[in-house]
Amino acid sequence: MSIARPRPLLIAGKYAALLGYLTFALFPLYWLLKIAITPDQLIFTEGTQLWPSSLTFDNFRTVLFQTDFLAYFGNSLYVSLGTAAATTLIAAGAGYAFSRFDFGGKKIIIAVMLITQMFPLLMIIAPIYKIVASFGMLNSLTSLIVVYTAFNIPFATFLMQSFFDGIPKDLEEAAMMDGCSRFQALRKVIFPLTLPGLGATLGFVFTAAWSELLFALMLISKNEAMTFPMGLLTFVSKFSVDWGQMMAAGVLALIPSCLFFIFIQRYLVQGLTSGAVKG
Amino acid sequence: MARIELRNVVKRYGAVEVLRDINLDVEDGEFIVLVGPSGCGKSTLLRMIAGLEPITAGDFMIDDIRMNDVRPRDRDIAMVFQSYALYPHMDVARNMGFSMEIRKDPATERASRVKQAADTLGLTALTERLPKALSGGQRQRVAMGRAIIRDPRAFLFDEPLSNLDAALRVEMRLEIARLHQKLGATMIYVTHDQVEALTLADRIVVLNGGDIQQVGSPLDLYERPANKFVAQFIGSPTMNLVPIKGRPEGVTLADGALLKLPHLPDSPDAIELGIRPEHIEVTDQGDLSGIADVVEHLGSDTNIYLNVEKLGPLMVRKHGNIPIRPGERVGLRIQPENVHLFAPDGSALRRASPNMAA
Amino acid sequence: MTTRSQAIDVSGETRARRSLYWQYMVEPFLYLSPAIVLIGTVMLIPLIVGISYSFQAIELLNPFNTGWVGLENYQQLWSDRKFWIALENTFWWTFWSISFQFLLGLGLAMLLNTQFYGKKLFQALVFLPWAVPTFLSALTWAWLFNPVIGPLPHWMVALGILSEPYNIMGDPEIAMWGPIVANIWFGVPFFAITLLAALQSIPSELYEAAEIDGASAWQTFTKITLPFLAPMIAITVMLRTIWIANFADLIYVMTGGGPANSTQIVSSYIFTTAFRKLDFGYASAIAVALLFILLIYAVILLWLRKKLVKI
Repeated sequence: MSIARPRPLLIAGKYAALLGYLTFALFPLYWLLKIAITPDQLIFTEGTQLWPSSLTFDNFRTVLFQTDFLAYFGNSLYVSLGTAAATTLIAAGAGYAFSRFDFGGKKIIIAVMLITQMFPLLMIIAPIYKIVASFGMLNSLTSLIVVYTAFNIPFATFLMQSFFDGIPKDLEEAAMMDGCSRFQALRKVIFPLTLPGLGATLGFVFTAAWSELLFALMLISKNEAMTFPMGLLTFVSKFSVDWGQMMAAGVLALIPSCLFFIFIQRYLVQGLTSGAVKG
Repeated sequence: MARIELRNVVKRYGAVEVLRDINLDVEDGEFIVLVGPSGCGKSTLLRMIAGLEPITAGDFMIDDIRMNDVRPRDRDIAMVFQSYALYPHMDVARNMGFSMEIRKDPATERASRVKQAADTLGLTALTERLPKALSGGQRQRVAMGRAIIRDPRAFLFDEPLSNLDAALRVEMRLEIARLHQKLGATMIYVTHDQVEALTLADRIVVLNGGDIQQVGSPLDLYERPANKFVAQFIGSPTMNLVPIKGRPEGVTLADGALLKLPHLPDSPDAIELGIRPEHIEVTDQGDLSGIADVVEHLGSDTNIYLNVEKLGPLMVRKHGNIPIRPGERVGLRIQPENVHLFAPDGSALRRASPNMAA
Repeated sequence: MTTRSQAIDVSGETRARRSLYWQYMVEPFLYLSPAIVLIGTVMLIPLIVGISYSFQAIELLNPFNTGWVGLENYQQLWSDRKFWIALENTFWWTFWSISFQFLLGLGLAMLLNTQFYGKKLFQALVFLPWAVPTFLSALTWAWLFNPVIGPLPHWMVALGILSEPYNIMGDPEIAMWGPIVANIWFGVPFFAITLLAALQSIPSELYEAAEIDGASAWQTFTKITLPFLAPMIAITVMLRTIWIANFADLIYVMTGGGPANSTQIVSSYIFTTAFRKLDFGYASAIAVALLFILLIYAVILLWLRKKLVKI
């Protein structure tokens, strides 16, 4: 904006602010990584040093091969992928309906979906426990997938709707004039164009399911059905001295989210501007 | 080829009536242009013919077969969209051949038809490009190619040229005219641009507020507008309207001057006189005179905006370059044979005039 | 074509009519039904069941003490000191979290709305905390505040904030700041993304016009940027406040509500009551109370927004 003359003080201030934000954002993650690769005997002696004098990958090796973490990791992957796939499929259908049809009750359904985003989810933790228990589905990963899918559908629906809204209606109509049924138009024209949207939604839902802790704590109690967050938490309370291993496990937990984040980063602004606002 | 009939067609959205009692016969091979201001329902009518909007009431027939509830894909009609609606993920060839792909026509036939259409439209070098790598005019051609490749019974155009710049628009207009001559197919064309309407149409349908105002050939509409709306909508620059008092043998203008009109049957109820800017002569022995306010020199024509005492503003267009300066007093003569008279309800009063045929 | 010949005879016509009716009235529900069914069974029915629980005694550890108890749970809640402490904590937790998240997020969004070298990479990196799983953010910050392996207590001593390096989450007076800092870290990207999107939707002609009219940078900010952002800010802050007030994960992992309930917020209290004590009736009563409070808050804020924001 100010083309007149670049004031050096302002420029310096701006870069200082940028650096500040960057440090604030990355330092905790850096510290996680640092402790994870510090040999055990150095953790206390070099407690607050920014860089350890020697490195080790022992912690990762121990975590991966001598604990249940691979099993937890597998459980979480199964639950998160299952949730992401189911949610995206269902939300794509709902988002398509919202984007392309005008029908009775549309406003009410949208309002109900918005309200589900507002009330404390913990409010239904007791009823959910009772219902799941009455079906004998406690300690089952499938019940987690069902519950997570329902929780994520409203947001994913609004997200998918915004992607469908971005595809001109003319394209479908042109396809129908060209001889497609509505379903053919959906498959041949709309689906290929909405692939990025589907990818972004998959990523969002995967990340959300990957982080969920409280409902998993409630519904899962057996060690072999634990998800990664639960595993890490029990690990923390059981072995609260083995810092290196805990942080190594933390770094491992970070990997899938970060991978998805890199993939969906581009769509963040686009997705979040379109009405649906949620963490 | 197809004959299209609309019988008492109505379109309602809830309680809002968008189109009222539309009756229209489109002959086989005819080029019909639907024209009107935005919101007049012309696009809705086209989309109802295409099958993209349900018809609320009335009958829509192609070759005497009722098609109201037939799905768009089974109507065998092609449509060119305002936005072109090219499939962004398909190259030009696949875009054009998509309808044949859906019908599962043999690939070799598809390829040869695509090639033929591409040759016709000058797209041969571009068949492997994606739409995003095309210019506006090229996209427009692809959209037309997609329509002609199917050899449909009728073509629909929804303001196809409105996204092009002026020069391209003229070029594509000629292209569409040529296409119609070559294919001889029934075409229905929606536009808000009266130049497109006048140049392309066999017959023009003027719509306003959900009603058909008039159907006729371009010259019909220009010379014998059925009402004030058509009179002002067709023709550029817009027709002047002057309040009058009707009386036998002529009309009285607001300044009291009597304008004798030949062949005036009986027009005591006329309250407005319409005269096109090109039908007012600049002369010293005129019926009226006014002060030139703004003068536009277009080279081929001169537009003069005048203020006439007690009558209000008038616009006059003269062929050639007329050396008039703003502020000058100009004498005017209204050509009586080109006068239009309008009743209080806006409808035109017909004059039995022998020299109207011109 | 078959459809064409069908359309002539009467039965074909009704079939076609039905197909159009199907297309415009029924088809959307075909696409919607899985979503509706799932939301209904997993969220709405449990919500109603949960409200009914709040009028019952349901303790899994005490299976003989069940049945309808009327408003007993609510009476107990009224005289429950822990609940009132949790309510107060919820207020401060939400207030400080949202204030810092918003201000820092606005600053970041303004920075990202300017041009500088390496912007894309910078943006990806500063948004990274948002992608970190909540439980991991909680653990990471808990470790950072731990004087044994974390640097923060030592730095705070160096800055004179603490007298000696101890874990602030063990001190009831300031323990809440642990989860709040973690929450700020986690939430700034969200605000920055939302506000950045809003900033980018302001037409640049407005800034050019303001510059031609001789506005200073500060005037441009207060006369153009803020009024434009206001509706977005109001909505985002409202939704985010509700979200943060409900957000128990960080607190549960970092402090478990301790020490001495000094970090217990209402939603973590709900979870502890349901999960640890398995007292579903009382947990549901707390939840209904929280829902009620949030509803009042939302109504007040919507009313204020209508009064204040004219766009």
